[in-house]
Amino acid sequence: MAQVLVLVDHVDGAVRKTTSELLTLAARLGEPAAVFVGDGYDNAAGSLAEFGATAVYTVPSEVNDYLVLAKAEALAAVVEAAGGASALAAVLIPSSAEGKEIAARLALKLDSGLITDAIDVRPADGGGVATSQAAFAGGFTVDATVTRGLPVVTVKQNSVEPVATGGAAPVVTSVAVELSDLAKAVRVVERKPKAKSGRPDLTEAAIVVSGGRGTNGDFSKVEAFADVLGAAVGASRAAVDSGWYPHSNQVGQTGKQVSPQLYVACGISGAIQHRAGMQTSKTIVAINKDPEAPIFELADFGVVGDLFAVLPQATDEAASRKA
Amino acid sequence: MRIVVCVKHVPDAQGDRRFATDHTVDRGNVDGLLCELDEYAVEQALKLAEGSDDATVTVVTVGPDAASDAVRKALQMGADAGVHVLDDAIHGSDAFATSLVLAKTIGTLEYDVVMTGMASTDAGMSVVPALLAARLGLPQVTFAGTLDIDGDGPGAKVVIQRDSDAYTEVIESALPALVSVTDQINEPRYPSFKGIMAAKKKPLTTLSLADLGVDASLVGLAAAWSTVAGVTQRPPRAAGAVVTDEGDGGAKLVEFLTGAKLV
Repeated sequence: MAQVLVLVDHVDGAVRKTTSELLTLAARLGEPAAVFVGDGYDNAAGSLAEFGATAVYTVPSEVNDYLVLAKAEALAAVVEAAGGASALAAVLIPSSAEGKEIAARLALKLDSGLITDAIDVRPADGGGVATSQAAFAGGFTVDATVTRGLPVVTVKQNSVEPVATGGAAPVVTSVAVELSDLAKAVRVVERKPKAKSGRPDLTEAAIVVSGGRGTNGDFSKVEAFADVLGAAVGASRAAVDSGWYPHSNQVGQTGKQVSPQLYVACGISGAIQHRAGMQTSKTIVAINKDPEAPIFELADFGVVGDLFAVLPQATDEAASRKA
Repeated sequence: MRIVVCVKHVPDAQGDRRFATDHTVDRGNVDGLLCELDEYAVEQALKLAEGSDDATVTVVTVGPDAASDAVRKALQMGADAGVHVLDDAIHGSDAFATSLVLAKTIGTLEYDVVMTGMASTDAGMSVVPALLAARLGLPQVTFAGTLDIDGDGPGAKVVIQRDSDAYTEVIESALPALVSVTDQINEPRYPSFKGIMAAKKKPLTTLSLADLGVDASLVGLAAAWSTVAGVTQRPPRAAGAVVTDEGDGGAKLVEFLTGAKLV
């Protein structure tokens, strides 16, 4: 069976959940083969095998000192080492901002079609790869296939439940990469790690509790409810633009697109920009003072009320049920 | 400093957005406007230009007739000149073809910086900046949350700061370069009355694929490297129960979550 390359998303070898999801999808199309860029492979090996990688291609960690083009060149080198584009079934890449750019530049290099933000990946009737994506703020589902070359697909988080197959240790191949001058032309001159919140990652979390304009800048009640549920904390664009919460927590068209089991919108009116980031959540709950807020049109359950009264009560109630 | 800004005319997200029968975004029968996220690129270009005497800002778009409105809005904001690539053969082009047409257009201009927004609000792939950098052979500096030009002349470089999940990064590159900017970078201006009047006298050039020497068979729906098999409108989410908090709203909320096995 042809190999399906999966670009591993990790921090120093700690593999993120997106990678196990991509390996699970890759198994539908062929033999999952992981591409590992950077340091810490020894930490990652177990997890990659557990989710079905039968092969791993490692590339020098120098690639990580540079940006998108360097990673696209590294992937192109792996494609070559794996027998060329025609020997492979697909390339799957996480749908992050960087992932999509890497995918685009790889596809252009390989003269191959690209699909971004897939929420489903499956074998197409008559061969090839079929995908589904959400369009227009989740109002439409688009089914597409790549018609040229090696399908390069970026896949959103939470698109599939990862399946541990507990396979044997993968065959590891180290691939040399010759970076172009252009790839080295863009330099990271400073990289400051951000403070960690200790909460789950926004895009991976099963539950997200978000605050908006209605918080008036006080996210303490939102955070307390999130913590009792083990949830990630999100924020609307209004809250981020007001400087109340970091941009990396923004849910919406220009922030993160999340698709958790449960999304709790607190003091968020539900403008189209916000809906684009959360409309595909399985269950949506809203708390808002304004009974006319559009968020109630998509909420499975809504409370018209002050979040500063409703959330503390809900937090205590949830804590007592868990106890 | 010569700055080229790429902009897109998109269906208004507040209006009724839909697909045409050929599965392309319906651009003909809907209200359109300059993509909100491109306004940040126009604004940043104008800010850079304001810092120097001989700076020029040229705005480029690819799209049907109405797309010239996007260029005109940018001229009203203060850009100096516009280019609209208009050709029926472009209809249905994918990101690869769009980046090809943009690159050929920008190739006819002189530039130090090519700027774009972070994504379109219709297709939203967010890959044209990267593809355009590839086509033009330019260093790619994307998702700038701040942007400065350091120095002048041949040694000048672009320095940006950007936010990823794990890091805040400072990135630099020599010029010329391609830079995409996020919606965090500035607050786009509204066109003033004076700006609107001045825009009427600014040059807006319309070019065809033939003018650019682009083979029409390389663009359009038939040349796309992927195909849409079908488009399904999702049923609108049914609104569920809404209760008014009478001192028990939080308890009722948790009761719902417990019933749905979410707590």
